[in-house]
Amino acid sequence: MADAAIARTTAAPGEPSTWERLKVNRNWLGLWFMLPAMAFLVLFLVYPLGKGLWMSFTDARIGREGRFVGLENFEWLIEDRDFVRALIFTIVFTFVASVVKFAIGLYLALLLNNNLPFKAFIRSVVLIPFIVPTVLSAVAFWWIFDTQFSVITWGLVKLGLLDRGSPINWMGDPFMAQCVVIFANIWRGIPFIAITLLAGLQTVSPSLYEAATLDGATKWQNFRYVTYPLLTPIIAVVMTFSVLFTFTDFQLIWAMTRGGPVNATHLMATLSYQRGILGGNLGEGAAIAISMVPFLLAAILFSWFGLQRRKWQQGENND
Amino acid sequence: MTVFNRRTLMKGAAAAGVLGGSGLTEWAKAWAQAAPFRPEQGATLNLLRWRRFVEAEDAQFNRMVAAFTQATGVRVNVSSESFDDVQPKASVAANTGTGPDLIWSLYSVPHLFPQRCIDVSDVADYLGKKYGGWVPLAEAYGKAGGKWISIPVAVNGGYINYRISMVKAAGFNEVPQDTKGFLELCKALKAKGTPSGFPLGRATGDGNAFAHWLLWSHGAAQVDEQERITINSAETRAALRYAKELWDTFIPGTAAWNDSNNNRAFLSGEISLTANGISIYAAAKASQDAKQREIAADMDHAFWPIGPIGKPAEIQLAFPMFGMTYSRFPNACKAFMAFILEAENFNPWLEAAQGYLTHVLNAYDSNPVWTADPKNRVFRESAKRSFPAGYKGPINEKAATAIADFIVVDLFANFCTGKEDLEGSIRVAERQLRRIYR
Repeated sequence: MADAAIARTTAAPGEPSTWERLKVNRNWLGLWFMLPAMAFLVLFLVYPLGKGLWMSFTDARIGREGRFVGLENFEWLIEDRDFVRALIFTIVFTFVASVVKFAIGLYLALLLNNNLPFKAFIRSVVLIPFIVPTVLSAVAFWWIFDTQFSVITWGLVKLGLLDRGSPINWMGDPFMAQCVVIFANIWRGIPFIAITLLAGLQTVSPSLYEAATLDGATKWQNFRYVTYPLLTPIIAVVMTFSVLFTFTDFQLIWAMTRGGPVNATHLMATLSYQRGILGGNLGEGAAIAISMVPFLLAAILFSWFGLQRRKWQQGENND
Repeated sequence: MTVFNRRTLMKGAAAAGVLGGSGLTEWAKAWAQAAPFRPEQGATLNLLRWRRFVEAEDAQFNRMVAAFTQATGVRVNVSSESFDDVQPKASVAANTGTGPDLIWSLYSVPHLFPQRCIDVSDVADYLGKKYGGWVPLAEAYGKAGGKWISIPVAVNGGYINYRISMVKAAGFNEVPQDTKGFLELCKALKAKGTPSGFPLGRATGDGNAFAHWLLWSHGAAQVDEQERITINSAETRAALRYAKELWDTFIPGTAAWNDSNNNRAFLSGEISLTANGISIYAAAKASQDAKQREIAADMDHAFWPIGPIGKPAEIQLAFPMFGMTYSRFPNACKAFMAFILEAENFNPWLEAAQGYLTHVLNAYDSNPVWTADPKNRVFRESAKRSFPAGYKGPINEKAATAIADFIVVDLFANFCTGKEDLEGSIRVAERQLRRIYR
């Protein structure tokens, strides 16, 4: 109030004071309305991220504050084979899973967009893999791909296609185990993409297809020049989310393999947990987690600037 | 060391507790009057323990908890987590300063944060004097920097589990007690189509037991007494070569095995021999399924074979209990730990556990559980035959980290699965150890 008093006395007569102008300023009011949200973001987003970043530069251990060690954690990790392998596998995992999820998800969405009998029922069934708790589905996969008790191996043996004495080493072989966890991630991730793209497809006006068909467009051309361009914004959003979820996957790996065999299926998130929480080396764990940030940023930037060149956001015409 | 289906386990054995409820309460009340540890007024304790594998053990534990509450008025809330989840919970609690007052955990967990554990030297002295002293392993696990930071309640022994008929069919009367003969047995078992299998995956209990035995029985160790890294040695190379030969006789898939896979494989007859606690036998013996009971009758246990080092070199799973310094009721924590290790409590508890728990106080050698069934016998010795984690170095947070990070397991897994060559797998382990022991 003291400020206000000063403002009032110094203001020239007849002209509204700074304070009076401020009182009716919508931006000033807006700032105050934003404060709770900002406090929320700072508390739950900026602070943990900042703390993680700080910890990655220390040798913090569980139960003990760390000393600042500069880039030592990162220098150590760059020469750590398990970290480099986890990094490569995370990228391969994300890339393969995202591409396959997108392809199958889009195909499913197009199928579901047709007029099918029991449409509502089928659409909700598709969601099941997404609804089942991750850990439950992981446990199911764990049994399906158990080396000794795999139902697939059992089936093949019963069909006489496989010798009983030489089971498929699903989860015991590093490469096979990597394929298995990618498969499980794809299975789980498809519904999210399929249903969201389906929602996008529903917004495409049927009159556009009619017009295109009158012009003699084939089914493929209908898709390529009508559906796809109109779906692009949704694809951008869905794929951004999908890539982020896949890159940061933790539960599925942890419930299925714990990063094994011989650390072959560690993603950066699981390795970070292994080293930070189980191994007690919080600084190193934080460094692994922080190493994920540039990749995640790159993924976000790619989808915003790469996939959204079209200026639909600004309401202008497409390029 | 999960059992195949723990719900079907040992329903009948729950009655193993010799003291009935009321008798235990009477004694407990008298104990509370006379004991040197007096809980704070109005204290309540939150206790976190590992989730039981033997139902009767848990039932007896809860009976002791109830008696403690009746005698002292201290309410104890028990929650349990699976083996693998106790340590992360404990670590987070230690770091944030809130959580359970008392934690009953595995291996060297309290050594991850020794400064956060209540000094329980007085409890350890009291119990040691009264019950014939602690075995050396208990002292190694319990003490940090000259004081006791945890009470090593018991050890879980892990030994060779084998099918008597299959070993006989392979031409052996018993499991050879030297590493060379043991390899021959495993080769013969494979040739007969009844292979053995040891976990080299993320198996906190069985995987570490197998890998540390391989390493130590060949005279190798990750560090020496002064914590200098000694993993890069001729002994380690010999251990790795031996492990590879053994690995080639295993059933496929053991690189992905966790603590429960070998139980399942053994109980389904897929493997003839593995390493495990007594839980496979206990589960099979008490099973409703006649086939399982046949397996129980056809199986026995043997010590880990002795290697070039010439003496037992095993790692057994220690179960230390510790109080947290942030607890408002440190005396109640101490009273509880002293209470459960008194003979009136501990003897029935040992019996209820049916060999799953091995005592670390000498007086309990005479507990009838060790003589009631000859197949339990080897487990009595587990606390005396075990080296501490981190051997030859001291038990501390570095040793705890090395265990938690599966350094030794991965050393063998890397080489056996062919992910790294001999020198490569040693190099990986050495590099990680250097960082841990800096």
